[in-house]
Amino acid sequence: MIELTNITKNYRMGKLEIPVLRDLSLSVDQGELIAVMGPSGSGKSTLMNILGCLDRPTSGSYRFENREISAMTDDELASVRNIKIGFVFQNFNLLPRFSALKNVEVPLIYCGVPARQRRERAMPMLDKVGLADRMHHKPTELSGGQQQRVAIARALVNNPPLLLADEPTGNLDSSSGSEILNILTGLNRHGVTIMIVTHDRDVAAICKRIINLKDGMIINDQIKI
Amino acid sequence: MSNKVRSGLTMLGVIIGVMAVILLVAIGDGAQQYISEQLAGLGTNLIMVIPGKTSASGGFHPPSAGTVRKLTYDDSLALKRRAWLLTDAIPIVFGTGKIKYQNMSRDMGVIGTSPEYLHLRSLFVEKGSFISQGDVDSKAKIVVLGAKVKEELFGSGNVLGKVVTLSDARYRVVGLMHKKGTSLGMDIDDNVYIPVTSAQELFDTDQLFQVMASVPRAEDVDQAIAQIKEILIRRHAHKEDFTIQTQGAMLETMNTILNVLTAVLTGIASISLLVGGIGIMNIMLVSVRERTREIGIRKALGARNRDIMAQFMIEAVTLSGAGGFIGIVVGVGLALIIPLFVEILHTRISAWAIILAFTFSATVGVFFGVYPARKAALQDPIQALRSE
Repeated sequence: MIELTNITKNYRMGKLEIPVLRDLSLSVDQGELIAVMGPSGSGKSTLMNILGCLDRPTSGSYRFENREISAMTDDELASVRNIKIGFVFQNFNLLPRFSALKNVEVPLIYCGVPARQRRERAMPMLDKVGLADRMHHKPTELSGGQQQRVAIARALVNNPPLLLADEPTGNLDSSSGSEILNILTGLNRHGVTIMIVTHDRDVAAICKRIINLKDGMIINDQIKI
Repeated sequence: MSNKVRSGLTMLGVIIGVMAVILLVAIGDGAQQYISEQLAGLGTNLIMVIPGKTSASGGFHPPSAGTVRKLTYDDSLALKRRAWLLTDAIPIVFGTGKIKYQNMSRDMGVIGTSPEYLHLRSLFVEKGSFISQGDVDSKAKIVVLGAKVKEELFGSGNVLGKVVTLSDARYRVVGLMHKKGTSLGMDIDDNVYIPVTSAQELFDTDQLFQVMASVPRAEDVDQAIAQIKEILIRRHAHKEDFTIQTQGAMLETMNTILNVLTAVLTGIASISLLVGGIGIMNIMLVSVRERTREIGIRKALGARNRDIMAQFMIEAVTLSGAGGFIGIVVGVGLALIIPLFVEILHTRISAWAIILAFTFSATVGVFFGVYPARKAALQDPIQALRSE
């Protein structure tokens, strides 16, 4: 599903080129549940940004479902993000002025779904994450766990094959956190490929594959049997 | 909540701009229409001969003291007899005088003229009669009173046959004019009419203030002017020591002045619209910065640059469009209300001013929205997501 070959990513700081990812290769199959771990500055976030088509590698090849991502235009990348990838962020990143329902509808706006159908598709998503009774609440009226569940509903509304989660439980108490993990594992059982960036060993424990990064390189890639 | 206040204040700039454009154009147009109507009321084929040569065409000229040769009653008779294109050649002497009746007196305009004046100025006699040719020939001491003069001197009593004193001479009242109102700032009802010959005697002069003539057909105006020139130059020792003005030329001059005035006012009002546009750009830039994170989120969820661009453009155009709409309503409202309170202001609401103001305000929204919207669209999604 995902094929990264010799990916490097440099950031320019003034005159200095700082390498963040060095010659990184990685392949991910459909249906995997992967934890990406590593100390701060190891390149986890950059890797996720590249996987999420928010950023382009400096060099190397990124093939997603057999299409070369690094050759795509900005608009094509936007379309990939819209249809193929769902994002779950540590700080939820909901639009504060919109209700939960409207937040879930946002990705559908950008693939041209008419307003009525957006509602019809967003409502069962919220139901799935157990927030059917909260759909008209604004994010500020929801708890952290509830907000993250709205974010998951939003990430899944377009049925993307890949879900990228960046510290999804980082801002949550442990009971909300384990609820979120339950939802994620449940999704994985239904075939969604999930990659989770995390520091949390408990999160990594539920994953079948753990990738350890250090200094922009994969130092350990183990699959649990 | 604070966003609503902010949007309202931003729109206020556009509202005031659009309102000012509409209102000022309405006032300019209104003045133009008023003057056109007033002049047209005098008859557009009117020709005026005034003594003294002035080079400029059109406009008003005071009778100059240094007239080489006077324009006389006989000149007007000659024109009447020989300029066959003219329907009338009406001699006019104008001055001010004090009229007295018993112990009451007042100052008013005295117009010395001939019987045709009544028809030329579309005036009507309420009671009695106007000046007759016999009165002119015999320098009769008779007077026809304007409605206002009569009212103030006699109240509601009968006036016909009463004798009034006009600058020490005694005149018999033979007629009373129908109420006419104000024209170009002059109160027609505050005049009295006496035979032109009597007026020359009264003001101790042998010349005329002007000769008014009318031509039945507009096409003949130029030829009629040539006729007048020919006749008068021959009578005036081959010197063109008079000026001929036409109503049409005057109207043109007035229109030119008012067009310039309207253009200047509109220009000034447009500046405020421009300032309103800058206000929109300012607030949009603030809004883009405040919502950087929202832009990042939307981009992560699949918004293309043009989607973000469109979102902010729509906001800018909505602000300016709504401002434009409210501005039109307020401007039209004021244009309708102001004349009720300020009598001298006449307004005319023109469709083109409304369309112009609205188009301009929408354009301002687009123009000043592009930069902030582009700025928003080109945000790097990762940077935008990180911002607080």
